[in-house]
Amino acid sequence: MRYLTRSPIDPGMLTVEAAGPADGGVASFIGLVRDHHAGRGVTRLEYSAYEPMADGEVGRIVREAEARWPVRVALRHRLGSLEIGDIAVAVVAASAHRAPAFEACRYVIEEVKRRVPIWKKEFYADGSIGWVDPTATARGDQSRERPDAAALGQVSE
Amino acid sequence: MSAPATSLSVKLLLFATYAELAGREQVTLEVPGPATVADVVRFFRASWPGADRVPDRPMAAVNRVHARLDTVVSDGDEIALLPPLAGG
Repeated sequence: MRYLTRSPIDPGMLTVEAAGPADGGVASFIGLVRDHHAGRGVTRLEYSAYEPMADGEVGRIVREAEARWPVRVALRHRLGSLEIGDIAVAVVAASAHRAPAFEACRYVIEEVKRRVPIWKKEFYADGSIGWVDPTATARGDQSRERPDAAALGQVSE
Repeated sequence: MSAPATSLSVKLLLFATYAELAGREQVTLEVPGPATVADVVRFFRASWPGADRVPDRPMAAVNRVHARLDTVVSDGDEIALLPPLAGG
């Protein structure tokens, strides 16, 4: 696995991995484990994945970004049990100038959230446990069919 | 003349909440062919106890790439049913 890890993520190392002597700017996004979700206290969480597909899908996203902008991208996503404040994901985009670095970094994290098969189980302060469903939060109810499924099927390399 | 009906062997993978709902993470199915991903889901939901608790139109992947429900499957394919994604 190139992009998934069960070890703590070091954003500094990702910067070294992405940036070379021709690069003048690095943009990064770092996602942290927060202590609340939808008004409930969260004590820790667990990430799981369809690992070979997740790694492959991240690779496709990185290649898309590197083809669209003059950047080099480095990324890691954690799996397993994480505590509050841990880095869950880090994306680093390096470029000669800042504009493509910012744009590529934003593209990569948004596509990761939309396309990569990773799931998050939250452990709440009241002792309950739940799988996070961002589509339920976004639509506010469970009655509609998820709008993304068909569109995702059309994603190509 | 139509081709004779054939049986396809496919590996179905379930993750996260779908694995919990169905009580298993993996099952090998012998599905009458030709079949789409939707046919495999319908067959699975009808033939395994608890499987009908998995949604009838889930997000899916075939051989580790996102796929529409009308994608035609082949013998030996790895089909995954993907609950709402929550990475990042």
